[in-house]
Amino acid sequence: MSEAKKFMYINRHAPCGTVYGVEGLEVVLISAAFEQDICMAFIGDGVFQLKQNQDTADTGMKNFSPAYRALGDYEVNRLYVEHESLEERGLTEDDLMPLTWEDEDDDWAEKPSIYIVDRAQLSDLIEEQDIILNF
Amino acid sequence: MAFELNGKTYETDEEGYLANLSDWDNDVAAYMAKEDDCDLDENHWEVINFLREYYDEYQIAPAVRVLTKAIGKKLGKDKGNSKYLYELFPYGPAKQACKYAGLPKPTGCV
Repeated sequence: MSEAKKFMYINRHAPCGTVYGVEGLEVVLISAAFEQDICMAFIGDGVFQLKQNQDTADTGMKNFSPAYRALGDYEVNRLYVEHESLEERGLTEDDLMPLTWEDEDDDWAEKPSIYIVDRAQLSDLIEEQDIILNF
Repeated sequence: MAFELNGKTYETDEEGYLANLSDWDNDVAAYMAKEDDCDLDENHWEVINFLREYYDEYQIAPAVRVLTKAIGKKLGKDKGNSKYLYELFPYGPAKQACKYAGLPKPTGCV
């Protein structure tokens, strides 16, 4: 098999109002089956995707945010959230879902999947990728 | 598409997956299995119930690789392997078991 490529899925939209979030998550889950090196980034209103205690009842849309908690099972365990985007929206890391994954090689220890990075760090991470997809 | 059971009509998609998750009950699962010449025993039910719980928690039907790993963790290594699961569900454990569980086709299943 050819070497795994580095994929980054960038989320730029809030969860409801458009289908970018739910469609993007579906593509991530599908591509995870192909054993590529996958990470996600959340910038701008995309940081709202990870907000905890979402309630979509009044929007008539399904609340798909619990599916983010399954990402660890799919071995997608690097979710970079831009610090400036959180701050601009009055959010902190405590407002986000506590997402974790279990490290099979470390006796199933639970480890955090969310990394808060600043704009410059994120820019470096984007630079490292082979393929970048925006949602 | 649709099928009838006990005087009630159940909507399905073109591959036979239940359109409304809330329509599901044990009789629906048994009927769908019967149509595939599959008699559900307690081992089948164990996987079907596991999938319903998984969907309830995560709002997605797991891909087969994820299902296998999660079953292994919950029910033990002798059940969390492809051989065991394919013997129960020869049409593909995630695909077939999700159908009987009334879930949509698994995400990441091509």
